Amino acid sequence: MHTEKPEYVDFAVTARKYKTLLTKKYQNRKPWVNPSPYEIQSIIPGTILEVFVKEGQIVKEGAPLLILEAMKMQNRIEMPFTARIKKINVEVGVKIPKESLMIELEAVDNEVE
Amino acid sequence: MTLKKNILALRQKKAIVEKGGGDKAIEKQVAMGKMTARDRILALLDANSFHEYDLFVEHEEQNFGMASKELPGDGVITGTGTINGAPICIYAQDFTVMGGSLGLKHARKITKIMDHALKMKVPCIGINDSGGARIQEGIGALAGYGEIFYRNTMASGVIPQISVILGPCAGGAVYSPALTDFVFVVENISKMFITGPNVIETVLGEKISQEDLGGARVHAEITGNAHFYALSEMECLEQIKVLISLIPHSNQQKAASVKPKDPKSKKKIENIIPADPKQPYDVRDVILALADDSKFLEVHELWAANIVIGFGRLNGETVGFVANQPMYLAGVLDCDASDKAARFIRYCDAFNIPIITLEDMPGYLPGVDQEHAGVIRHGAKMLYSYSEATVPKITVILRKAYGGGYIAMNSRHLGADFMFAWPGAEIAVMGPEGAANIIFRKEIMEAEDEDAMRQQKVQEYIEKFANPYVAASKGYIDAVIEPQETRELLLHALEVSKNKDDYRPAKKHGVPPF
Repeated sequence: MHTEKPEYVDFAVTARKYKTLLTKKYQNRKPWVNPSPYEIQSIIPGTILEVFVKEGQIVKEGAPLLILEAMKMQNRIEMPFTARIKKINVEVGVKIPKESLMIELEAVDNEVE
Repeated sequence: MTLKKNILALRQKKAIVEKGGGDKAIEKQVAMGKMTARDRILALLDANSFHEYDLFVEHEEQNFGMASKELPGDGVITGTGTINGAPICIYAQDFTVMGGSLGLKHARKITKIMDHALKMKVPCIGINDSGGARIQEGIGALAGYGEIFYRNTMASGVIPQISVILGPCAGGAVYSPALTDFVFVVENISKMFITGPNVIETVLGEKISQEDLGGARVHAEITGNAHFYALSEMECLEQIKVLISLIPHSNQQKAASVKPKDPKSKKKIENIIPADPKQPYDVRDVILALADDSKFLEVHELWAANIVIGFGRLNGETVGFVANQPMYLAGVLDCDASDKAARFIRYCDAFNIPIITLEDMPGYLPGVDQEHAGVIRHGAKMLYSYSEATVPKITVILRKAYGGGYIAMNSRHLGADFMFAWPGAEIAVMGPEGAANIIFRKEIMEAEDEDAMRQQKVQEYIEKFANPYVAASKGYIDAVIEPQETRELLLHALEVSKNKDDYRPAKKHGVPPF
């Protein structure tokens, strides 16, 4: 049970702040980050089998970016929209956790295309 | 004399099989800090009450070199006995026999004792300590698990089912405990997971220890799979004895009543709760001030600590308490708290245990994580289980009852039989600050001193609406009571509810938002 004097914190529920303790689960929760369309993240942990693109390359919507093997399935990750590859953070053979940033994109001007 | 010879032969045969995996394996078990399966049963049951069945059952597997293998009792001990005089059925997996692995005969011994428990209407206790399916038996092991799960489901709500995890319990094996009513775990000994650390590392590259993945503390605090957490096996067995003494032994019985005792809590009930609704306190002190002999067996003590559930007695009879806990997360409802309370309410209802609800909550936990975790469907479980329950349902509003939380915490509108409120109760659609900001938005914005105006309007709202009298004027609250009257009134309300008869429309079963 509880013997030591608890250190209460301010905790806002609607317009009012309450003095209370936080649970471990609440403290460990992930704050929400608005996903950027220019960041290709892994939706499942797995191994990078193949990378088809290079940094600086302009890639058309729907073209394959890489193969992420997870749960014995080879998942083909495709380009969500036409853009330039700004940075590739993975290489063939590495194991990556869920929600890791694999590829960063940047917009291309229509004229360049 | 041949009879004497036969008896001696029987004793010899028994002595060999009762040793399980033999001295070496027992040594190993003890070295791991674990009791043997037989010692566990003997320590849990009343002295000399255990009677074993199916001691001589043998496996029938012929493949993979199994034909020549002798597995005493096929790795599980089954039988009947008593706990404080009450009959129970029990089985314990014996890790010293081929790692307690589950083969078809092992499973059939378990399903046999489960069938017996269901027929005889006595609780069934399962002690799990097994490496998992006996791979050599292939589909036979899977069949065995399935037949256990089926019986867990059939027995659910008819007899209490208790799972004690005293070793590994991995893969499909975890689903039997998950289907039972109460799961007990012990620090450093219990390990539960669907896929173990090895598989997780090979497939996903995530490194984690067994303890961090599915140890006792994880299931008691993070997942909520375990209801009771102990530091040693002996402490765990004591917890089981207390639980067995508090619950009815089938859905056709009442829990054993004991001589009523007044609470011996030192704290005066009116001094426990700070008048300022923003200040915390431990709602368990209120429960201790109300319950007979100030005794309370908390269920899920570590998980979703923002709501407190558990068993106590009032006037010698078992009741279930459900109480918001302002000490954690201000006592809000969230996904986990809703799941925790909803299942407990259904347990109480299935086993004829009246439910006492103590309410002091500011609303639901705001946050993207909560909304995306499905707080709508989780929260709905509470509404469902309170509405569905036909046992006596009594609510005491201690302090705050705002918004959806007011409805969810066994309100009159969900079928509460008695609604009491302390004079400081704030029963309103939301907290006064929030409400005043919306209702008097224009006045506040147009005022020269916005803050002063806001303060004034909040005060107005508190005086007019944040009290128990608006709800009482509509009959939603039956009585506004003094804190010190609470126990007397609870005892009286339970007395009046003794023959409660409440019907629900005939149906096969409802479709709760699982």
